[in-house]
Amino acid sequence: MDLPTFLIQLLNAVQYGLLLFLVASGLTLIFGIMGVINLAHGAFYMVGAYLAFALTGATGNLLVAILLGIPLAFALGALLEWLLFRHLYRRDHLDQVLLTYGLILIAEEIRSLAFGDDVHGVDVPALFAASIPLTDMLSYPVYRLVISAACIVLAIGLFVLIRHTRLGMVIRAGSHDRDMVQALGIDIGRTYRFVFALGVALAAFAGMLAAPVSSVFPGMGNQVLIVSFVIVVIGGIGSISGALIASLVIGFADTFGKVLVPDFAGLAVYFVMAAVLLWRPEGIFRRG
Amino acid sequence: MNRVHARVRLGATLLAMAAIVAFPLTDSAFYVELLAKVLILAIFAMSLNVLVGFTGLVSFGHAAYFGIGAYAAVLLAPKYDPANLWLVLPGSVIAAGIAAFVIGLFVLRTRGVYFIMVTLAFAQMVYYIFHDGAFSGGSDGSYLNFKPSAAVGAFVPFDLTVPRHLCWFVAAMTILTYVALARLVRSPFGRILAGIRSNEQRMRALGFATFRYKLAAFTVAGAIGGLAGFLYAVLFGFVTPELFAWHQSGNVLLTVILGGVGSLAGSVAGAFAFVAMEEVFSGWTRHWQLVMGGVIVVVVLFLPGGLAGVPARIRRGFGAERG
Repeated sequence: MDLPTFLIQLLNAVQYGLLLFLVASGLTLIFGIMGVINLAHGAFYMVGAYLAFALTGATGNLLVAILLGIPLAFALGALLEWLLFRHLYRRDHLDQVLLTYGLILIAEEIRSLAFGDDVHGVDVPALFAASIPLTDMLSYPVYRLVISAACIVLAIGLFVLIRHTRLGMVIRAGSHDRDMVQALGIDIGRTYRFVFALGVALAAFAGMLAAPVSSVFPGMGNQVLIVSFVIVVIGGIGSISGALIASLVIGFADTFGKVLVPDFAGLAVYFVMAAVLLWRPEGIFRRG
Repeated sequence: MNRVHARVRLGATLLAMAAIVAFPLTDSAFYVELLAKVLILAIFAMSLNVLVGFTGLVSFGHAAYFGIGAYAAVLLAPKYDPANLWLVLPGSVIAAGIAAFVIGLFVLRTRGVYFIMVTLAFAQMVYYIFHDGAFSGGSDGSYLNFKPSAAVGAFVPFDLTVPRHLCWFVAAMTILTYVALARLVRSPFGRILAGIRSNEQRMRALGFATFRYKLAAFTVAGAIGGLAGFLYAVLFGFVTPELFAWHQSGNVLLTVILGGVGSLAGSVAGAFAFVAMEEVFSGWTRHWQLVMGGVIVVVVLFLPGGLAGVPARIRRGFGAERG
């Protein structure tokens, strides 16, 4: 592998890892704070991608579509929390798995009814349609750098929110002792709704960003969900920094796995997981 | 009261068995195949129940062992001759059992919600091995050209190419699985698994090496899941990587829960309920999974305990009225 190729793969790995982080961070937050395992989280990624497809079609620009889509996804998250998820907080994992599995079936069929089962493309916004030339033959699309930048900004925002704001303090306290926080006069139900809706919006945003790169297709959420599970297992449940590092590790494993062992490209991610399970079964960054 | 109850149960079980055995005589190829399909799902669900119901391990990757059993049925068979049933059947079961043992070494290091996610991830890993591999026919899958032959020397007890015989064979395997697992639950081993389910910490404090028992349960469950997969491959004659898809793991978990966690007879009833729903809903609309998803959501929200919990709820309801 020569240097420009290596550089391109490196940038791809970082971009893919950061995108996964947006999905995995919501998953790990929702589990860490509310104790709910959400199989439908990948469906929210898919919802985001199809929102981007539909709204880009309507408005003509992906950026406008994203600006419209994020509040929609947030509202969808809040609605689902109110309708379904808040009933799951005190149920066992089996009920949570089952209900969210049912939600995936519903989401996929609604997708099929509304958009059919074809693969759809979404145009890169004209503003970022350029490519940066690296050599005579190779260049790197600006849009992929924009994805990485947007993810980094969001990741920083998430850390600031959790570590340095009053709301973040309530969220952290709520993950330790829900009843105590409530006894202190804080409406923990509202905090949960916010966290859930935030997780949905993050996953949907990831889907919107990815839409022009990966295109929009049936079952796209499931693929991302399982990889996000791997990330959460490696990073340790509830740990945002763990999710960030694990996302990058998986991004690298997947990207370079495809380059170096193309015959078994899908497996690299799972080998990393197996190795981590042998080494530290509770995840690398698990806090007591 | 209890003796009457037991007698009613025995009667119902015998009646159900008689119905299953008599049914293939109707000679309607479609329904005979459907019955075999239900019974295969019943075996699969019972095997998962060993984990979910008896041991308290929620596996979301049980399709892996079903798929391995099915692929083994194809890969162990010679290409241009029927295989010997008495070799490929145990071969497939052992292959699935070995896979479960190896994967169990990894996944059983985790617990609770980690376990759910890791079992799903390992099933996906197995999916990719069979999907990307050349040995397995890749994404197209492979055909089982000949159904295995049951001949022992010159003696041929039954012929699996006859749908009726195949259905009876599947029924016999279902009953065998049921009896074996019912004995297993009541055995000392089964009691230890129940102890792990209710309090693993305490079992360890009592001196049981719980990891080994869980691994044994995981291996047994995988092996029986492989039996179900083997029968599936023989019934339908082809295998694809979709057998490993997580929908299969989800559907079998749903079957277990429909019938009631921890009840073997419930798993059989759950298999009938699941296939019945599948047939009815897909008769209504191509988008039948939408209805199925809706049913799942409603069942979880309003009927915790599944269909098996319904009689108890009704009884409780009457009791409350009297009180």
